[in-house]
Amino acid sequence: MHMADALLSPAVGATMWAGSIAAIGYSSKKLKDNIDHKTIPLMGVMGAFIFAAQMINFTIPGTGSSGHLGGGMILAILLGPYAAFIVMASVLIVQALFFADGGLLALGCNIWNLGIYPCFIAYPLLYKPIAGNGHHLRRTSIAAVFGVILALQLGAFSVVLETLFSGKSELPFRSFLLLMQPIHLAIGLVEGIVTAGIVSYVQKARPELLEADSWSRPPDAGVSLKKILIVFAVSAVMTGGALSWFASTHPDGLEWSIEKITGKGELAGEKNGVTRSLQELQEKTAVLPDYNFKSDPKEKAEEQTAPSWPGIEAGTSLSGLVGGAIVLIMIFCVAFGIRLTRKKKT
Amino acid sequence: MTFDEKYYNIGFLDQLSYKKTFVHGLDARTKLIVTLLFLFTVISFSKYEITALLPFFLYPVLLLTLGDIPPGFILKKVALVSPFAVFIGIFNPILDSTQVTVFNGFAVSAGWISFFSIMLKFMLTVSAALLLVATTSFPGVCHASRQMGIPSLFVSQLLFLYRYIFVLMEETMRMVRARDMRTFDGRGKGLRVFVRIIGILFLRTVERAERVYYAMLSRGFQGDMPILKSAHIKPADIAFALSMGVFLFVCRFYRVPEILGRFAQEVFS
Repeated sequence: MHMADALLSPAVGATMWAGSIAAIGYSSKKLKDNIDHKTIPLMGVMGAFIFAAQMINFTIPGTGSSGHLGGGMILAILLGPYAAFIVMASVLIVQALFFADGGLLALGCNIWNLGIYPCFIAYPLLYKPIAGNGHHLRRTSIAAVFGVILALQLGAFSVVLETLFSGKSELPFRSFLLLMQPIHLAIGLVEGIVTAGIVSYVQKARPELLEADSWSRPPDAGVSLKKILIVFAVSAVMTGGALSWFASTHPDGLEWSIEKITGKGELAGEKNGVTRSLQELQEKTAVLPDYNFKSDPKEKAEEQTAPSWPGIEAGTSLSGLVGGAIVLIMIFCVAFGIRLTRKKKT
Repeated sequence: MTFDEKYYNIGFLDQLSYKKTFVHGLDARTKLIVTLLFLFTVISFSKYEITALLPFFLYPVLLLTLGDIPPGFILKKVALVSPFAVFIGIFNPILDSTQVTVFNGFAVSAGWISFFSIMLKFMLTVSAALLLVATTSFPGVCHASRQMGIPSLFVSQLLFLYRYIFVLMEETMRMVRARDMRTFDGRGKGLRVFVRIIGILFLRTVERAERVYYAMLSRGFQGDMPILKSAHIKPADIAFALSMGVFLFVCRFYRVPEILGRFAQEVFS
């Protein structure tokens, strides 16, 4: 579920980073006004807790495969949304740096997908209204299950959108969506049950922990039903509209439309500039034009119909291959040289 | 990977960051900025790019050798996290079957090219991120990001998180071992036990956090983690950043492998 750097385009990565940084800044500011010093160590230790808990596997009943805890929702329930978001973001940062889960540029996406949705959407809009003040055990459990499912569905949907807008994967929108959403429905169900179990355990063992944490919650965490309905209606219309728009066009049409969208953006402009300068450069550096293989007419026709074909031409490929091999050998030699000189020194 | 392995993995990466080499001696900010620049440059390439990506391997290889990091360790970690990128990327060869001629007569579907491009980018970005921690240390990266404007509340909380990972993981490791010794043939590893373990872990965590807080208060904690080592940008930092910047720029805007390849062909023909 972690988004990976290699599937991202710079524009998408930067946008998601901007969004996540803004959310971190906002949450930090909110927390700073509301908490005492005690909370900072508690948040850190809770992050370590999620981290450790994620490494314990359990067998999913009926399937034999194993799952682990995601953590966003349980944090939101135990710490309140702002603190939970900060902790979740930190957990993801450590994961990105130490386990290379996702990567540094995709970190913005991952913080958004796994942090924003459970803490700022599923928790206040679904968990809080259903769970109420948290005294009723069954209501809390149901709320936890649905909250986790909603958060994971939104997260999976975002992964699909981020991948599509980056344009590195060929997966068409619909099949990708059909691949991601059901898997995450199953994951969400299991994780929801686990989350509910932990919450009810804590409630039985130390109920004051769930109540005494108002320090990190805004006083008006309970949102009115009217607001929820409005948000749901708006999001339903939006997703419905987006879905039908994507669904009506076939895969190629989708790619085309995304190109149309990004064509107006900064990224495509830069790309054009680069390819143009590259072409100029190629003309300049073409010391051996004879070595460019003649491309057969079929290939040419394809090139004309598929303008999204930068970089690869039959003629330049051989020199590219030779040059690539040279580059790799050179890098290897540099590394070997450094090792040798170091060994001599010691 | 078992729990113990994961735990020792983090510990090993932490240990690597205490080495004293040229790369380790560079300022954390320099390395952070150069790494981010590197990542952006790599992923800004089009999805059918392969050869132009190859020169970028110089950067991780340089860090590996100059920083004296065992390459096998990094490679293993890269391989371990590859499933997601492979899973998404493997659809490209199936879905994008436009034939492209690479040499005369030898054709590949464009999907394979974009798949390999994804895999190359994946290797470059993941190894760069891992090498950043291995040569800078996590607290180093944290302090650097604080100096660059990330809220200090967030950073101190990150530092706490990092410290207590090791403490809590050892506790968790004992619990997991205890569970493993009492389970046979998968029985007893189900949801019920899992929830109990996590619940107990949580309660212990909270109690520990309270003790930690009081211990810190008695040692003069005032809501922020002070830095003992003051960081300075040295001439070596500027030199490193500049040369890497030039390297990235040249490899991004000039197709170095092709130019070299043409040159080689000219020499040998």
